[in-house]
Amino acid sequence: MKRPMFLAAHSYRQRRLRDAARLLPILASFLIILPMLWGEETGDLRYTGRDAIYLFTVWLVLIVAAALLARRLSIEADTAPPVLPKDKS
Amino acid sequence: MPFNLLVLASLSYVIFLFGVAFFVERRAAQGAAGWLRSPLVYTLSLSVYCTAWTFYGAVGYAARSGLEYLTIYLGPTIVFVGWWWVLRKLVRIGRQHRVTSIADLISSRYGKSNLLGVIVTVMCVTAATPYIALQLQSVTLSFGVFASATVDGWAKPDGEVTSVWVTGGLALFTILFGTRNLDANEQHTGVVTAIAVEAVVKLLALVAVGVFVVWGIADGPRDILARIDASSMAEWHMKPSRWTGLIFLSAAAVICLPRMFQVLVVENSDERHLATASWAFPLYVLMMSLFVVPIAVVGLELMPEGANPDLFVLTLPLSQGQGGLAMLAFLGGFSSATSMVIVASIALATMVSNHIVMPFWLSLRPARAVPGDVRRLVLLSRRLSIVAILALGYAYYQGSGGSAALAAIGLISFVGVAQILPAMMGGIFWRGATRTGAIWGLCLGFAVWAYTLFFPSFGADAVLSANVMANGPLGIAWLRPQALFGVEGMDPLIHALFWSMALNTVAFCTGSLLTFPNPVERVQAAAFVNAFDAEPGNTRGWSEHGAVGAEDLLIMAQRILGNDEGLGFFEGQARAQGKSGYLPDPTAGFMEQLERRLAGAVGAATAHAMISQIAGRATVSVEDLMAVANEAAQIMEYSSKLEEQQDELTRTARQLRDANDKLTQLSVQKDAFLSQISHELRTPMTSIRAFSEILAEDDLPGEMVTKYGKVIHDETKRLTRLLDDLLDLSVLENGTVQLNLELSNLREMIDGALRSSSHTRAERSFVIHRDLPSEDIFLRTDSDRLTQVFINLISNARKYCDAANPELRISVRRKGGRVIVDFIDNGSGIPKGQQALIFEKFARLTDQTKAGGAGLGLAICREVMANLGGTISYLPGQWGAAFRVTLPLRLEPPKK
Repeated sequence: MKRPMFLAAHSYRQRRLRDAARLLPILASFLIILPMLWGEETGDLRYTGRDAIYLFTVWLVLIVAAALLARRLSIEADTAPPVLPKDKS
Repeated sequence: MPFNLLVLASLSYVIFLFGVAFFVERRAAQGAAGWLRSPLVYTLSLSVYCTAWTFYGAVGYAARSGLEYLTIYLGPTIVFVGWWWVLRKLVRIGRQHRVTSIADLISSRYGKSNLLGVIVTVMCVTAATPYIALQLQSVTLSFGVFASATVDGWAKPDGEVTSVWVTGGLALFTILFGTRNLDANEQHTGVVTAIAVEAVVKLLALVAVGVFVVWGIADGPRDILARIDASSMAEWHMKPSRWTGLIFLSAAAVICLPRMFQVLVVENSDERHLATASWAFPLYVLMMSLFVVPIAVVGLELMPEGANPDLFVLTLPLSQGQGGLAMLAFLGGFSSATSMVIVASIALATMVSNHIVMPFWLSLRPARAVPGDVRRLVLLSRRLSIVAILALGYAYYQGSGGSAALAAIGLISFVGVAQILPAMMGGIFWRGATRTGAIWGLCLGFAVWAYTLFFPSFGADAVLSANVMANGPLGIAWLRPQALFGVEGMDPLIHALFWSMALNTVAFCTGSLLTFPNPVERVQAAAFVNAFDAEPGNTRGWSEHGAVGAEDLLIMAQRILGNDEGLGFFEGQARAQGKSGYLPDPTAGFMEQLERRLAGAVGAATAHAMISQIAGRATVSVEDLMAVANEAAQIMEYSSKLEEQQDELTRTARQLRDANDKLTQLSVQKDAFLSQISHELRTPMTSIRAFSEILAEDDLPGEMVTKYGKVIHDETKRLTRLLDDLLDLSVLENGTVQLNLELSNLREMIDGALRSSSHTRAERSFVIHRDLPSEDIFLRTDSDRLTQVFINLISNARKYCDAANPELRISVRRKGGRVIVDFIDNGSGIPKGQQALIFEKFARLTDQTKAGGAGLGLAICREVMANLGGTISYLPGQWGAAFRVTLPLRLEPPKK
């Protein structure tokens, strides 16, 4: 199927929004695995308090990001003209 | 707390849940589900992920391994915030194909293969049994904790009796609400809502205990952080392999666990709910895990040495004298356990009845026999399956003695169900995945899991002997269950996860690459992988054959869907076909719809098999496949055809417009021509009439009569000439002129023309320049007609050349097969604007009296030349007026 090479601003934004939704879990994995890299000098011993604060903060940020994306994506699905079934950015 | 009070509380809580489920079922039956189908209820129902293992076990896990317990929640968080990748597709496929369970999904994807359905069912039941045992154990343990301190009231029964009662109660509840009806969509609104209520209770309970610990016992978050630093939990070991491995494991489990698949995909009533769940479910699990570390730290600090950290949630409030809070915590744990058991047993019972009992029962029946009361049979088999599964869990609990730490059992179960992941992901993203590949992968992964993790978990000498564990089977060291292929020193769980998933994936991919899928498989593969591209329904599984009795189908459908449902479905289909009554034609489309509808009740493989019994084998031929594949191509071809037609229409319209313009123009020309003709005819007629009237008077002198007679004669001649010219022109224009083709010399023709035209204004002396040798050309043409053209041109020159000493140059050239004759005089020529007009009829540049002709000369010349296959044109840019005559050397007579 032929796909247009360039898109109007609205559908362009829609596709980037979906890209963001696809990228979010990758960012999430990166942020959650990150603490493994802050190895202590003494080995794999870690401070519980500090790690807990970091992980819960990251978690909350991800939830907020997902909520914003979900809102935008469902608004788009409700208002935009019905997306063609062929659509895959 | 007195044991009898505890039993009373639990009972009233269960009755309350019954009430909720019953009320909701009633509302749903009246079609007023409304908010019951909201994204909130959907999200809360997903909380069956958080079982008693989470509720009680997480604190114990944290007390033992620090923050590692978070991996169990971070994995699902990644999956849910990444819903656009996997969950969205799973839900879409689940709704499109009316998937009833994860086994149904796998079986349906790989060509409605029942073997795969059986394999997945067995795997799920095996993996879930210890998990169900774990829930029973936790409820029993919590009963034990509560009742131990009291002596009054009922005597506390021993754990065995409690667990029997709990198991029985759960089975009853599940049967009552899980198998009330065989819903088309396999959805259980009542149960789901009850689960949602339980989700709220367990969240409230855990948060309440957490708040009590943080602000009641400790002095706020700062104090908690200080206590963490002071406790034995201040530092923890983060093993990278466990951290990433467990996150991956929990991410896989949240998709593959049968109960999660049930609430996530099967019970989903609206795809948009998933968008809300994508952030709300991570938020829920965050809340569930937020207070785990504080409870663990404070528990370790306050509780006596050796207290079971798995029960801190319950024992901590009890030890602080908070009976009410402990009661709430107890109900929370009770909710966690019951919701998990109920949903898991519904999901597993569906799988067992659809993939094991029904196919077995069908295979017992002779082909094409009308099935008996399938509906009752399906429900019965589900109820028996629920009882069997719970009994299995109970047996496991009794057998294992319930001693293992809660978390360990949960993780073993996770690794077991994660084996479905490769087949599932491959199924929805890779069209090349085949049934054989899926079977290989699932079996190998399952075997490796059982060998490296499940069997060893029973303890030494239980299934695998201590000798095998230490030295490998038959002394083969590289086959030791916890050090496969010589990989030693790995954490046993990660070791099992790594090898089972790796071998599973390799077998799955290899099998898929080496084998060839059958047609049904290929159709299903396309429908699953391209779930977002088009609605399915073009798979044409059933060829149209009139032999199938719609009545047989109706009887079968009624027996599965129920009388009203079945009749309603058939009536709707008949109406869609434009027929009245209840029996639609058994077209391919109708059969497809019916199969899908039945699949919602008994699973794709069984539905397919049942219709096959009545309609004969479904025939998906290679041609059908080609047709499906070609559909897209056909659409493109069609649209390009349309485009072509459109172009052609545009072209035709343009041609028509041009033709119309030309006709209009011609009509204008004709009008002009007619008025010209009338004018030309009228002038001589007027003078003839006038003079003949004068002649009619008797008394005219003789010379006057002669004079007037001559005028009349001249005018008549002019009239005749005009009419001759007109006739000539008409003949020439129609192309009906008879040409007299012969060989003749061009010089002789020019000589003749000069002679004939010499009497035009004979008084003027004309100098003629000629190059006689060049004129010596023999032409094959109509010499009289050509001479006529020459005469006309020379006469015109004599008439109109306004030079004092007029000269005429006649030059002849040959070019290719053509002869060019130029007639150039030295007059002032013809003004540029009028050059285009001179060949038109009645075109006269000077006034009429001077010319003495009708102005048809050049028009006739043009027509003559056209008939002779040549042209005549005005040559601009010479000394004076110049005309060029071009004609072929040899004119071939026109072929008739």
